[in-house]
Amino acid sequence: MSKLLEVSNVRVQFGGVVAVNDVSFSLNEGELLGFIGPNGAGKTTMMRAITGVVTPTSGSILLAGKELVTLPIHSRVRMGLGFSQQLVKPFRNMTVLENVALTVGSHHTGSPLSALFKVGREDESTRARELLELVGISDAADADPSNLPLGYLKRLEVARALALDPTILLLDEPLAGLNHAEAHKLADMIVDLNTAGRSIILIEHNLGEVMRICSRLVVQDNGNKIADGDPESVMNTSAVRAAYLGENTDHAAA
Amino acid sequence: MLGLSGYEISLITSMGIAVIFALSLNLITGFCGQISLGHAAFYGIGAYSSAMLTKAGMPLGVGILGAVIFAGLVGLAVGFTSLRVRHDFLAITTMGVGFLFIGIMRQWDFVGGEMGVSGIPGSGLGKPGFMFLVLGFGVLTVLFSLHLKRSWMGYAFDAIADDEDTARVIGLDVSRYKLAAFAMGTALAGLAGALYAHNVRFIDPESFGFVESITVLAMVVIGGIGSVFGVIIAAALLSVLPLWIQFIDEYKLLLYGGLLFAMMRFSPGGLAGLAKQILPKKSSLKASGDTKA
Ligand SMILES: Nc1ncnc2c1ncn2[C@@H]1O[C@H](COP(=O)(O)OP(=O)(O)OP(=O)(O)O)[C@@H](O)[C@H]1O
Ligand SMILES: [Mg+2]
Repeated sequence: MSKLLEVSNVRVQFGGVVAVNDVSFSLNEGELLGFIGPNGAGKTTMMRAITGVVTPTSGSILLAGKELVTLPIHSRVRMGLGFSQQLVKPFRNMTVLENVALTVGSHHTGSPLSALFKVGREDESTRARELLELVGISDAADADPSNLPLGYLKRLEVARALALDPTILLLDEPLAGLNHAEAHKLADMIVDLNTAGRSIILIEHNLGEVMRICSRLVVQDNGNKIADGDPESVMNTSAVRAAYLGENTDHAAA
Repeated sequence: MLGLSGYEISLITSMGIAVIFALSLNLITGFCGQISLGHAAFYGIGAYSSAMLTKAGMPLGVGILGAVIFAGLVGLAVGFTSLRVRHDFLAITTMGVGFLFIGIMRQWDFVGGEMGVSGIPGSGLGKPGFMFLVLGFGVLTVLFSLHLKRSWMGYAFDAIADDEDTARVIGLDVSRYKLAAFAMGTALAGLAGALYAHNVRFIDPESFGFVESITVLAMVVIGGIGSVFGVIIAAALLSVLPLWIQFIDEYKLLLYGGLLFAMMRFSPGGLAGLAKQILPKKSSLKASGDTKA
């Protein structure tokens, strides 16, 4: 298997806080990788370093052999990174459907000038509706996102990331805010996407679903990578057990 | 002609110019969400450019084209240096550009310094003819605004106006879009400025000061950020109000500042938003802020 994404010695520091401490890991082509760890472990920060929302103090991030670290966010996205954020950020001046359709039409918006000469959104809206159906929120297509519960907004994030048709899908806690059945369904959908050939990094506190669907786990604690391997053996290492027992177990027990 | 008096013709002409000027800022502030407190500088650059070109013997068309190009180029240069900064900082930067423009024009003898430029050639079309020229440009500006709003550029502007960071995450080159808005908006302000110069035929630096920048911002905000028709109505009203009611002219800054504040405070959607609230249509109060997972 070839390495699609290769993260080497990435360090992110916020003032005195080292959120990510020289972490290295890779994502193989076609893999569904679980990236887990207790609260404050630096998972979201790692994800943001990959997408360019935060700049690493040092380290390298290669996507299909190309260095990402010096590139702006939008370039990385257009190279094939789809990002579903932990903190949901719908555009609140658009409907749910419009949020997704704008992203479906990203080939129209590569340059402002060509975007100016392009009108009409029917095809994009049709595709957006399919994506909303896929994540199970098509009933809210015409809703104002400000009025929706978190479970819907989480899935809107996922649909919007998918709308980019990314090579790598980065999901930061997509199951948060969903009830048991909804979480199970969305996890199944993630598996389907993976089976269809999409490479995925899944950050999740819902360890039950993570253990069920991921083929490999990377565990981070306090900014340090503490384990990397198949789910069974990773969960049996003492460092991982200690990390999860060390915190309030409200998430870990899931 | 048309049964309009000379006074009415000049009123309509002023309104038309104000509408073009306001719609030019609407591209930047209304559509793309970038505040500018120095937009009158680009109106001024357009006015001075066309005035100087036509005084040097160039035809009106060249003067107007020059105004559009100069204003747009300066806009592009200002945009390059200041659009990377955050919203609030942009307000300060553009305000600085406004004052800088006045400062330069006052000192620059070639363009008449404090005395300004007089004897600017008229359009040669007569008053009614010029009114139609202005209205023609006005209609084109309105059509362009409406097209832009419907285009994918307008769609991307909506995203950027709401949340720049998220716009980047869905792959939009936010800096380039902001630059495009700024270049188009300033070029269009140059057009309005050129028409103004040939209408009044005398300009001086004071015609393009902070009060004018606030006035045009008030038109955009009162009209309802981004609403083309709201901005047209606000621009038409606010441009003729001081002509109808003389004393308003003296209290312009106070009045427009007050209106700006009142609109921001009580009806952030402006006239367009007010109409939506009053007309029986479902409107939802928006909850703001992020939802933490
Ligand atoms: N922008 C920031 N500025 C300063 N500190 C930050 C910033 N973002 C994150 N941190 C800190 O970095 C550390 C890691 O945070 P991060 O959000 O990456 O953890 P996480 O593993 O995603 O946690 P959770 O599971 O709760 O989402 C925390 O101590 C956090 O307070
Ligand atoms: Mg997180």
